[in-house]
Amino acid sequence: MEWEVVIGLETHTQLKTNTKIFSGASTTYGAEPNTQACEVSIALPGVLPVLNKEAVNCAIKFGLAVHAEIAPRSVFARKNYFYPDLPKGYQISQYELPVVGKGAVTIQVPAVGKNAAYEKVINITRAHLEEDAGKSVHGAVEGMSGIDLNRAGTPLLEIVTEPDMRSAAEAVAYAKKLHELVQWIGICDGNMQEGSFRCDVNVSVRPKGTEKLGTRREIKNLNSFKFMQQAIEYETRWQIETLEDGGTIQQATVLFNPDTGETRAMRSKEEANDYRYFPDPDLLPLEITEADKARVQAEMPELPEAMKARFENQFGLTSYDAASLTANRALADYFVAVVNAGAEAKPAANWVMGAISAKLNAEEKTLAASPVAAESLAALIKRITDNTISNNAAKQVFEAMWNGEGEVDAIIEAKGLKQVSDTGAIEAIIDEVLAANAAMVEEFKAGKEKAFNALVGQAMKASKGKANPAQVNEVLKNKLGA
Amino acid sequence: MPGGSSGGSAAAVAARLCAAATGTDTGGSIRQPASLCGFTGLKPTYGVVSRYGMIAFASSLDQAGPMAKSAEDCALMMNVMAGFDERDSTSLNRDKEDYTRDLNKPLQGLKIGLPKEFFAEGLDTGVGKVIEDAIAEYKKLGAEIVDISLPNTGLSIPVYYVLAPAEASSNLSRYDGVRYGHRTAEYTDLMDMYCKSRAEGFGAEVKRRILIGTYVLSAGYYDAYYLKAQQIRRLIAQDFEEAFKKCDVIMGPAAPSTAFKAGEKVDDPVAMYLQDIYTISTNLAGLPGMSVPAGFSTSADGKALPVGLQIIGNYFDEARMLNVAHQYQQVTDWHAQAPNLDKPEGTA
Repeated sequence: MEWEVVIGLETHTQLKTNTKIFSGASTTYGAEPNTQACEVSIALPGVLPVLNKEAVNCAIKFGLAVHAEIAPRSVFARKNYFYPDLPKGYQISQYELPVVGKGAVTIQVPAVGKNAAYEKVINITRAHLEEDAGKSVHGAVEGMSGIDLNRAGTPLLEIVTEPDMRSAAEAVAYAKKLHELVQWIGICDGNMQEGSFRCDVNVSVRPKGTEKLGTRREIKNLNSFKFMQQAIEYETRWQIETLEDGGTIQQATVLFNPDTGETRAMRSKEEANDYRYFPDPDLLPLEITEADKARVQAEMPELPEAMKARFENQFGLTSYDAASLTANRALADYFVAVVNAGAEAKPAANWVMGAISAKLNAEEKTLAASPVAAESLAALIKRITDNTISNNAAKQVFEAMWNGEGEVDAIIEAKGLKQVSDTGAIEAIIDEVLAANAAMVEEFKAGKEKAFNALVGQAMKASKGKANPAQVNEVLKNKLGA
Repeated sequence: MPGGSSGGSAAAVAARLCAAATGTDTGGSIRQPASLCGFTGLKPTYGVVSRYGMIAFASSLDQAGPMAKSAEDCALMMNVMAGFDERDSTSLNRDKEDYTRDLNKPLQGLKIGLPKEFFAEGLDTGVGKVIEDAIAEYKKLGAEIVDISLPNTGLSIPVYYVLAPAEASSNLSRYDGVRYGHRTAEYTDLMDMYCKSRAEGFGAEVKRRILIGTYVLSAGYYDAYYLKAQQIRRLIAQDFEEAFKKCDVIMGPAAPSTAFKAGEKVDDPVAMYLQDIYTISTNLAGLPGMSVPAGFSTSADGKALPVGLQIIGNYFDEARMLNVAHQYQQVTDWHAQAPNLDKPEGTA
């Protein structure tokens, strides 16, 4: 039997606010334990929550970015359970009425093997605001577990999808897209190591062609795309094997162990908590007006899809190039800066996606740390388009710029890479080449087209790469009467 | 027994140990002790006094207010206590009021609504007599009496005992022995520490309410209990809305009987819950309510015990209620009568 995997994601994104969602305590990561835990964070008797408006703005931004319904009225609810890192004994979340309703994102699934790349729309079910819990710190004190409440009350936006994904690749493509999007609109720093972006993945399998969803298991707290891919692949195999062996799948929460590459059940549905959700009487319903939305809309950056369309229309870039350049905000901003500094768009796109991206990848650097600023790259591209240097020479100049050897013109000068565009000089070189390669000339005249390219190569070599290739072609054609 | 739950503040005010005290009223905890101990107590409109710093019992019902000898003292207390607090999201951002401004207004033409449900079965005869006398006094002051009905009064106790325990079960979760409060001495693991700390730290009535609250919020019961109770809460508020179309204030007893002996009703929680029958509906509606000393009723063992007249006003009508109480206190001296603090017989 052929099986189909069905995947849905729940993503916790930590919102980039200065203070916590219901108090004025700082949200800065990495402080000494419990130094950012105010009276509200530690849930002293008598304290009350007050909603952080900036967290609401973040939720509105996300709603606008995924073209979702933004609820005019949503309600905060208490999710009740006991855990030492949850000081109130309940988490303030949203349950029946979330702030963001149905929306959608378009993902680009990369080509794998023989399968070509494709686009797919993933539907967002909802996104709701909630507070993060604290952390249990094991092992800091011998034989004891410590509680750090610095994170308690950090604002989260939990983003839930429909079960729309059909492979690990699609799930990872969605997670990456969402990861870029929340950073693009500036609501999340995207730092997965620090837990700013955490995914729970619901996985089920069903016989291909059937409608009914299989029983799902939820893989909790995946904080890397690589682990997500591995976990889904393992879980899918496990579920199919279990069913093929005549077993059944029990609904469960599972954890992925990166060391073994396996998923393991944490608790079954029978042991699941009854969270006893009810509206939090300490907070008023959250009301969002059209004016609120308009105000946030005005602060929104141009979204990736809009920018992609603009790159295609304004700069004549291909859909693929435009999509690549708008894959993340930093890359798009860098490209725009190169163009704004006077470079032509198409070579700018090629340089940004080519040399720059390759260098950054190789050296594991971010664009912010690029030794070649957008203006410098623009200057380099201008020297190519105005025929000062050849493409080949440009590669050497770029290498030198990357290594901090100076600015474009100084490097061209120092390395003597200026292109020879003087027709007289080029004619002289070609005459020499023709004289020295009489055999090739004969071959060409006998109809061997390849010989022409060989002669061009000889001429370029003779000029030490400095001759303008277009001119070499032209002069040679004339001389050979071709 | 001073009544509760603000019984400590109540006893202190009644014994003239202080001029005034603060109390909190979730279902009658300012007004019922005020009635039982013979002083003036006001529960303001929900949201008028900040809840920040109050130990939360049922957040949607809890409201702090003054407990003092007279309405005038309550008005002075309100001038200090009331006002917007940005740390309480349910606190109302309104202009500052002077609650003493209307104290001396005459009551000529005041329309007093008497809900028939407040004078039905269950009301102690002696208490009923005191309230009737108080109403007669108001007539002399020029007030008119209007018969009204609050048909859902009988539902207020069951609704309250779903909603208040539901909220309390969650509000009391923070007392887990982890960060503060009682922690059991011996425990084997985390769950054992939670269970023992809470089992030792909470009293029987609190545990009963936590269990009720946990039950009504559980999957499968939420709609039948919690949601239904919220719907009836709306109906109770609508009863008052209708009533206030016909009258300016509503009057009746604050409690169905005078004080009972310590420990007398502890084995009968329902009888205890019924003590709040006249006060609970105002909390459910978010309305302000007062209890004003109106006389004494003789108990079965021959003791004269205080009786409180309840005055219920419309939202934000505290200044008028204080005026209505103050005018009564200008022509009566029940509020000025301090209890006899001689040691009870048989004590050292």
